[in-house]
Amino acid sequence: MSNVITWVPACKLDDIEQEGAIRFDHAGRTYAIYRGPDDSVYCTAGLCTHEAIHLADGLVMDYEVECPKHSGAFDYRTGEAIRLPACENLKTYPAEIVNGEVRVALG
Amino acid sequence: MDGIVIIGAGEAGTRAAFALREAGFAGSVTLAGTEPHLPYERPPLSKPLNGAVQMKPICGAAALQAAGIDYLQGVSALRLDPAARSVALSDGRRLAYDKLLLATGARPRRLTCPGAERALDFRTYADAAAIFSRAESGKGVAIIGGGLIGMELAAVLRGKGITVSVIEAAPKPLGRAVPPRFATKLHARHQQEGVAFHLGQGIAEITDNAVRLADGSAVPADVVVAAIGVLPDVGLAEAAGLATGNGILTDAFLRTSDPAIFAAGDCAAVAQPGGGHVRFESWRNARNQAETAARNMAGGKEAFAAIPWFWTDQYDLGLQVAGLPQLDHQSVTRQLDGGELEFYLDGGRLVAAAGLGLGNALAKDIKLAEMLIAAGIGPDPAVLADPGANLKALLKSARAA
Repeated sequence: MSNVITWVPACKLDDIEQEGAIRFDHAGRTYAIYRGPDDSVYCTAGLCTHEAIHLADGLVMDYEVECPKHSGAFDYRTGEAIRLPACENLKTYPAEIVNGEVRVALG
Repeated sequence: MDGIVIIGAGEAGTRAAFALREAGFAGSVTLAGTEPHLPYERPPLSKPLNGAVQMKPICGAAALQAAGIDYLQGVSALRLDPAARSVALSDGRRLAYDKLLLATGARPRRLTCPGAERALDFRTYADAAAIFSRAESGKGVAIIGGGLIGMELAAVLRGKGITVSVIEAAPKPLGRAVPPRFATKLHARHQQEGVAFHLGQGIAEITDNAVRLADGSAVPADVVVAAIGVLPDVGLAEAAGLATGNGILTDAFLRTSDPAIFAAGDCAAVAQPGGGHVRFESWRNARNQAETAARNMAGGKEAFAAIPWFWTDQYDLGLQVAGLPQLDHQSVTRQLDGGELEFYLDGGRLVAAAGLGLGNALAKDIKLAEMLIAAGIGPDPAVLADPGANLKALLKSARAA
């Protein structure tokens, strides 16, 4: 177990709409990367905890993402499930912007 | 204090049980369901994973217990006595209630032709298991009814390499709930995928190996599925003297003609502001009505006003519809990379929207359209048609106005 964070380059900040999300697949897993209304970036597990639906297809409003199928919603900053039928929180991962590039720590 | 009894443990009944607790109701909650399972989701039934029918529970036994919901599995209601405020159950019990929720759902309409008993229904887990265990590669399946359920089933079966015929009495499939533009596109996709359509056709007879049509022709079939719609389960309400029509009639607060009895979901026909009663058959409607009914049973007084919404997945295409598009609405189309959106205006006001695209590609646009509909705006049709015009910005300016 290493304490060193391994950053994975994901995309350019401009690849994500402001108040938007994109899907990011890495090492056989799928994630969602969000750009908040203040241009900060966040990363969560890519699939809704209710059913295996890609959250990046859902609507992002403020700091909330809504599942495109069943309208469950999460705070993508904390992963907290904030509307049913989602009741299990999303896993979150560190994300940051370096020189216009978004990188995420998936370890 | 006799508490609340819920008859029917589908999406509406189960959601209502939990929503009562969320509304702070502390009395007893009893949930009775006819089927021999924990409450389960119906939408996944038409989407078998690796050939196996999915049983996706709405909640686990532990969640029911933690919420203090007394779940009676495999128990149906035999007789309702509104004067005594009690309901007699198939296990011999009689439950007294302060308030009762009817969430009895709907049951498949049955064919009446000779051999009708050979056709399988498609509503429950047991129905899905029967269909998918018989429909194997190399076999032919005839689906009677080209509505949403019949067409979803056709898509799944084609994906398994099964020969599929769809027989529909109307001249086109998907005529009831899907806007014509998208019904035509989905129909064409099914034809490309090799589904054989027999449209404008009545059924003369179902035999061991074919469906004989009214025009005398025969559609060969090893398995026949009837998907000709559902009828609301109003028997219990009707026998108890409650007002019924195309469903159990409720006011805007989801109360039936007996103020201690509420109804929600597929069985409920809800009074509309413009007059008349409307009944919806969708997953989200079942949940939304259940939540409103639960809050009202717990002492609230909230009119049900959610915008109708449903989705259907066929092959790799997803359709979502918000509101109730009508043929006399002005329609405005927006072309997008992942598909097509159509907006519907009534007297200049946005009242409905639909989108067909790859997977969930248009889901966020439909969600924004739904919020625009709720905001009651009359947007410029040219803006709606322009793929470069941002719907979120339109919503924000509407909300700020």
